[in-house]
Amino acid sequence: MELEWRDHGLELGKNGSGAGVRRMTLRDYAIRYGFIVLLFGLVAYFAIAADGFVSPQSAVFIFQSVAITGVLALGVTATLVVGGFDLSIGSVATSAMMAAAYVMVVLEQNAVVAVIVCLLIGALVGLINGWLIVYMRVPDLLATLGMMFLLVGLQRIPTEGRSIATGMTMPDGSVANGKFSDAFLALGRHRFDFFIPNLIPVSVVVLLVLAVLIWFFLEYTRFGRMMYAVGSNERAAELAGAPVKAYKIWAYVISGVFASIGGILLAARLGRGDIASGNNLLLDAVAAALIGYAVLGAAKPNAFGTAIGALFVGILLQGLTMMNAPYYTQDFVKGVVLVVALVFTFALSGRGRG
Amino acid sequence: MIGNAVFRVEGLRKSFGRNEVLGGIALDLHAGEVTVLMGANGAGKSTLVKIVSGVYERGGGTMTLAGQDFAPNTPAEAIRAGVVTVHQNINDGVVADLDVATNLTLDRLSGKGVPTLFNPVRVRREAKAVADRMGLAIDLKARVSDLSLADRQMVAIARALAHQPKVLILDEPTSSLSSAEADRLFALVDRLREQGVAILYISHRMSDIRRLADRIVSMRDGVVSGAFDTKPLDYEGAVNAMLGRKIHLDQIVARSSARAVLTIEGLRIAQGARPISLTLGDGEVVAITGLVGVGKTALAETLFGVRRPLAGTMTMNGKPYAPRSAGDAIAAGVFLVAKDRASSGIIGGFNIERNVSLPFLKRMSNFSVLKRRLERATARRQIEQLGIVCRSEKDQMSALSGGNQQKVMVARWMAQNAALFILDEPFQGVDISARRDIAAKLRASANGRATLLFVTELDEALETADRILVMSEHTIVGEHRNADVDLDRLLAEVAGGPLHSAA
Repeated sequence: MELEWRDHGLELGKNGSGAGVRRMTLRDYAIRYGFIVLLFGLVAYFAIAADGFVSPQSAVFIFQSVAITGVLALGVTATLVVGGFDLSIGSVATSAMMAAAYVMVVLEQNAVVAVIVCLLIGALVGLINGWLIVYMRVPDLLATLGMMFLLVGLQRIPTEGRSIATGMTMPDGSVANGKFSDAFLALGRHRFDFFIPNLIPVSVVVLLVLAVLIWFFLEYTRFGRMMYAVGSNERAAELAGAPVKAYKIWAYVISGVFASIGGILLAARLGRGDIASGNNLLLDAVAAALIGYAVLGAAKPNAFGTAIGALFVGILLQGLTMMNAPYYTQDFVKGVVLVVALVFTFALSGRGRG
Repeated sequence: MIGNAVFRVEGLRKSFGRNEVLGGIALDLHAGEVTVLMGANGAGKSTLVKIVSGVYERGGGTMTLAGQDFAPNTPAEAIRAGVVTVHQNINDGVVADLDVATNLTLDRLSGKGVPTLFNPVRVRREAKAVADRMGLAIDLKARVSDLSLADRQMVAIARALAHQPKVLILDEPTSSLSSAEADRLFALVDRLREQGVAILYISHRMSDIRRLADRIVSMRDGVVSGAFDTKPLDYEGAVNAMLGRKIHLDQIVARSSARAVLTIEGLRIAQGARPISLTLGDGEVVAITGLVGVGKTALAETLFGVRRPLAGTMTMNGKPYAPRSAGDAIAAGVFLVAKDRASSGIIGGFNIERNVSLPFLKRMSNFSVLKRRLERATARRQIEQLGIVCRSEKDQMSALSGGNQQKVMVARWMAQNAALFILDEPFQGVDISARRDIAAKLRASANGRATLLFVTELDEALETADRILVMSEHTIVGEHRNADVDLDRLLAEVAGGPLHSAA
């Protein structure tokens, strides 16, 4: 039950066809640049078809709309790299959001405490996921699915299923008087000046910083390299001296922490602990990470691809919205894009190489 | 000896592409006899079995069953005709989540004329008949997944026997059984022999072979290299025919070592095995040879820290050595080129450069950030050193031939200096020229470390080692300096029996 990215035809033992210089065929180009071309084509189309699509504000709006799912997608990328999967990210994010609200509104603590609590929740859930998968041998999809249900329920228990906002009545009849601190709300509402005053929201900066961090981590550090090795051939990685179990657990911790950061941003944007929000986070994030496989023909999970994947979905939805496409077509379009991307990755690039 | 064979194969050929796997096999199986088939890896045993059991199509030759032409197109046809195979992997023969009764009657659940409704009472009645016929004492209601491996094996065989076969093929049936469990299997084989079934028994275990064989047929490189049917059976001759020496050109100048690198004392790697003691010296290339399943890989893994010994101590360069993981072993300078590169060596998603650098990423990074230039330089140096044929260090592993893939695996571990360099079956699936290259490289670079090879093929040991140790039953049973090897004694040790050729 894991996504197979050990592609490139692992047909070992058979005679390779490595002799002679091979030019890139049209299909190689299609696999490598197809998605990027599609992305630019999409931008060009919307630029012509939708008024006001090409403007700094529109660009920022797109970034802002994908910031939270992007952060989650970067986290799940880490688990995909080690050959796993994390279905609990959406509910980790909403749990973190509820926890932030609870800490500030009910317990009347400040922003720093709220952020720390959220990050701890993310790390703890990641540890438990990793422990279930590595030591209890529960298949990754099932372990994180179970964790997802558990968290969806757990986050409702302290308030008996109600959303959290200043002035709400608690189960014991008392009134919660705490409020979201200004510093915390700034995470969701402050905008940095960038040529134009008040342009770039904090969430977008967080997304960019995390994207660069995880990209550097996966591509340029020995830990990232070893994580890819674990995902490709666990036994070979172990025989090369890697503590495979630790790497797998760390991947889930990274995923959990990133999801909780997404939850913090969500809470800061909403300004309340909304029980009904965040439903789409899981699917959007997973779609972004899987679309990322197809970017530049990587055919494997990668941070750059994930970021492009998130952007792709954001541009598509923003464009459709501006062209007045009904909201309920959005999920359908996202699904189509994901399926096409998966075909790119698995059917086209899997064959013909190696 | 019974004159007429029940099952007869003549001139059987099979090629995969240009690669000829079977070059004209002749084989007779007689009713009420156990014919043991021996052969090293790659000799063509499994291809033969797959043709007989209807998995592969034959390339040429004839097969007859009870005087009639036998040409199964599918495994089901072979079974219907009366040729039944129990494959090596036990779990292929049973459905783990169903109970024993359903497993025993599984083949009657589909096909023409079978009632649509599943009738548990009928199934149990039929299963009981099958179980009684072969004296199977297993609770029919038990789920197969709750059974021991031996019981599962029994169920798989019973299921096969429900077809009343004329010919039964058992492919390494004891490879995952304990000796007590194996005894039950032998008793069953004895009973089937009495019932007049012709049995083809494939095994590497000399104890099995001594216990069961009426005849032995040895295979080597796709042809029958020896058939033995006069009692007492010539077991050493059979081993010789299977492993025997081909003419080899380069004679080795055997070296001996002054300084001990690794000393092993009283190491026990399996229950009931005798302890192993040995010393490996600086600059020495030592080969440990023995049949499949005698514990070669277990010993390699014990030295490399991925398996714990039951008893014993190891000393490395004067210091106690007790690795708890591969990481420990690597830190102590013990490197292992593991057996079966596809599953234990190659990272499929990585190119040559990244496959080479894998174990030494820590030494190739600054504050954990990889030094990519050093990585590339190392890969280029190693490609040059081992003569790996490729376009560049960026090539994918899948673009390389088997021999070159293996060279990459060796290059990976030769990128840094080892104290003890272990190679487990380094020549498997490697063409002759790559094999020569690797062996020459190992010998040329041997100074400053101890080199230990595990090989099944005698030739490989004779071509590369200064000293040859023989393994049998999870212990070392013989030692030879590779100068004037007493081949008879060596083969006797491999065959695991008492030395009687002296008489």
